[in-house]
Amino acid sequence: MADVGAGKYDSALTVFSPDGHLFQVEYAQEAVKKGSTAVAVRGKDTVVLAVEKRALAKLQDARTVRKICSLDDHVCLAFAGLTADARVLVNKGRLECQSHRLTVEDPVTVEYITRYVAKVCQRYTQRSGARPFGVSFLVVGFDQGIPKLYQTEPAGTYHEWKANATGRNAKTVREFLEKYYTEESIQTRDEAIILAVRGLLEVVQSGSKNIELAVIEKGKKIEFLDTDQIEKYIQHIEKVREEEAEKKKKKPHP
Amino acid sequence: TNKSLSYFAAGRTTMEYLIGMKFNNFVLLSHDNNGGRDILVMKQDQQKFFILDEYAGMVVSGEAGDTVYFSEFIQKNVVLYRIRNGYSMSPSAAANYTRHELAEALRQKVNIVNLLLGGYDKTSNTPSLYFMDYLGTLAEVPYGSHGYGSYFTYSLLDRLHRPDMTQVEAEDLLLKCVVELQKRFAINLPSFSYYFVDQNGFGEKKVLTVPPPPLTTARAFHPAAVEVME
Repeated sequence: MADVGAGKYDSALTVFSPDGHLFQVEYAQEAVKKGSTAVAVRGKDTVVLAVEKRALAKLQDARTVRKICSLDDHVCLAFAGLTADARVLVNKGRLECQSHRLTVEDPVTVEYITRYVAKVCQRYTQRSGARPFGVSFLVVGFDQGIPKLYQTEPAGTYHEWKANATGRNAKTVREFLEKYYTEESIQTRDEAIILAVRGLLEVVQSGSKNIELAVIEKGKKIEFLDTDQIEKYIQHIEKVREEEAEKKKKKPHP
Repeated sequence: TNKSLSYFAAGRTTMEYLIGMKFNNFVLLSHDNNGGRDILVMKQDQQKFFILDEYAGMVVSGEAGDTVYFSEFIQKNVVLYRIRNGYSMSPSAAANYTRHELAEALRQKVNIVNLLLGGYDKTSNTPSLYFMDYLGTLAEVPYGSHGYGSYFTYSLLDRLHRPDMTQVEAEDLLLKCVVELQKRFAINLPSFSYYFVDQNGFGEKKVLTVPPPPLTTARAFHPAAVEVME
């Protein structure tokens, strides 16, 4: 009798199509593309996470919408996709961070925890009765003073990046970053933040209330910037933009 | 039955000594530095203090291995709470959580862990001290002690402890307790570590070393013995 109910969950949901696709995984990636944009930049001694904050309903409390989460004191992440799915994985990640500290007396490396989260994602692409996670993470942190940035995908893959974006219009932001990310443009904390914000502003309505930003500097704790601080950076960016526009006008035509 | 009696008797007192005292603005926690088994002292700088999060910490004694295993487990779970929720467990929450885990652990195996948990609650700005033993007893106390040594020092604390003491006076009170142990307690505990926790969190570890008590009758040391000792 007990087996009858269990039989309903016996078949896998994620199966190969005749031409070798895992459609459930690809649909999960589509879910990610619908999520609000997240950008990450790896600077010289800084890592920056910037996330699009969707316009809130009038009666909603702004503080309850947090898309940047810390996994431990030295690692944090931003995500795009299904928030509830992300919550589950973030919780597992946080538990693993402490479990690692308990067993080996050392904090996790960014790569280790990324690999762990990715492993969980992959497991769910090969499990009966469960669907894949519809989330893509941008994990940042420091390993022995070296800044790191990794991205995970619903398929369970992960790669290291110098700068990346995920979610809606990620392609546009990534193209911007490919154009403007140079060793010189990310030397200081401010420069790294400005690059991330500029990238996000390509696809997000300008305004500090639409952006959530977190920074980790080498040797320091995670810092969440408040609206005023973000506004300063936006104003700086707009000022520079205006100055460049002015210069172009004044430039004599060849 | 014999077995249940032996469990009850097993962790009742140990040769290790823990003491904690609460005052108006801070808590003092202290433990002896002896690390060893039975009659053998293996080290004189044993760590028996575990910080749980910035404003709560505990000194632990009991069965070797059980103590560290349990303490590290609590430590990591208290940090996990902070990461998950964005704010630290209050000392009261940490104490009740620890007690619960102690009780759970005891029902899985013989788990001899005694501790004193001291902390400073930043929201209510009050210090607190909790006494816990291996049975899962929890009591909030103005001062507390574990080990055989506690038999000698409770009376001193009853007489001399005042909530309005300063840190210097508290150190002095600790010294009085420790000197009493050196005088009347058969087990030699010459070295102690102590910690203060106040509104600024935990301070640095401090060490207190006590010489053996002076001889009550005038006596000359045997010269050969002096030579060997020197």
